[in-house]
Amino acid sequence: MRVSLLWILCYLVLAPFLGGLLDGCDRKISARMQGRIGPPVLQPFYDVQKLFNKQTIAVRRVQAAFLLVYMIMMIFTGCMFYGGTDILMCFFVLSTAATFLYFAAVVTNSPYSTIGASRELIQMMTYEPAVLFACVGFYLANGTFTVGSIVQSDVSSILYLPGFFFAFVFILTIKMRKSPFDTSASHHAHQELVKGLTTEFGAKNLAFFTITEWYENIFLLGVVGLFIVNRHPVSWIIAVIVVLAVYFLEILIDNTSARVKQDTMLKLTWTVTLLSAGINTLVLMLIR
Amino acid sequence: MGKVKKSPWLLHYDASSCNGCDIEVLACLTPVYDVERFGVVSTDDPMQADILLITGGVNSQSEAVVRQLYEQMPRPKVVVAVGVCACTGGVFKDCYNIKGGVDTVIPVDVYVPGCAARPQSIIDGVIKAVEIFQKRSDEHDAYEREHRHDGQVPAETSGKGNQ
Repeated sequence: MRVSLLWILCYLVLAPFLGGLLDGCDRKISARMQGRIGPPVLQPFYDVQKLFNKQTIAVRRVQAAFLLVYMIMMIFTGCMFYGGTDILMCFFVLSTAATFLYFAAVVTNSPYSTIGASRELIQMMTYEPAVLFACVGFYLANGTFTVGSIVQSDVSSILYLPGFFFAFVFILTIKMRKSPFDTSASHHAHQELVKGLTTEFGAKNLAFFTITEWYENIFLLGVVGLFIVNRHPVSWIIAVIVVLAVYFLEILIDNTSARVKQDTMLKLTWTVTLLSAGINTLVLMLIR
Repeated sequence: MGKVKKSPWLLHYDASSCNGCDIEVLACLTPVYDVERFGVVSTDDPMQADILLITGGVNSQSEAVVRQLYEQMPRPKVVVAVGVCACTGGVFKDCYNIKGGVDTVIPVDVYVPGCAARPQSIIDGVIKAVEIFQKRSDEHDAYEREHRHDGQVPAETSGKGNQ
């Protein structure tokens, strides 16, 4: 109990710093991949600080309330995960949080953010099967949904779940809003929807959104780590290496691919999910 | 009182430019000049922008757009006119449809001359704008501290040309 409280506290305090730092490294590495010098690693923190110092303009005041609920739900998801509770519950709360983000975008009536929001719903529909498959996979491999027990297993879950791992990393591109699947909102300018989902988020609202994204990224990378971790301490080091490798892979994919249409995204993701996670499920049910 | 000057986000608008200056503005983002090393992001979204970068003189069609973009940007904000057309109207000054430079419609803080303005001078202009942005932000904060309760924002910090 005390250990899980410590984990929750660490997540609450450290996740925004780690998330921001990862974001900064992302921008630096992306710049280097493009042959540029790039912004300082701490740039995301400067951005958020600046956003808190700007005048807040909102078409509807309720937008801030929706974003606040989104943020609280997201942090709650991470706390539940790092506190070692039910992973299935974590992902249900995560989906609820994403719904509030949809409301925050759609409430402004701006055509750009409304189209962005509807694309966000398509994205949710696209990645949700892989997420649920991952939960089922953890149950099939370890006989429990509880994160605290999965961590204590004898062997790493990835030995049973390589297909699930592949599917989860695949949808991570959607969750992290990376090209080729950044249809609803893009980190880069010059797309047809201006800033898509986040077009109407200004100043403080955008700052809250950015911080929430950092919390979300740390949670998602935690789930990636959960595939590796077992009761041996060495696995924790390997998990950190795998998490960083996956993050680097996402940056690489982001920089080397162009955006696809959303129906291509849907077909591709569901095919990958059904093939890799589905076959993995069948094999797992046969051998166990 | 935050250091806002480390994170200037640009909104680039082409009022009626011949695209010469636009190409040079985009050149600033390329590996050769890499303006992102100063934290500059080209956002395309007035709600999130700090610095409005306008190329080309203002004509009667783009006037309303320029005004609306300026009004949609949250305070503190800075306007940079890039190229001689944006500064004064340039060679199109006497055309029947051209109103003149950007400062005929909205207050301009930094003028970057040139036809087309070179990327080096555009970056210089942005750096100058960033200093003004920081100054405005400090003024804005000081005013907020004095008048914490009425929630009004001072008119003088919003867009007074100082050049």
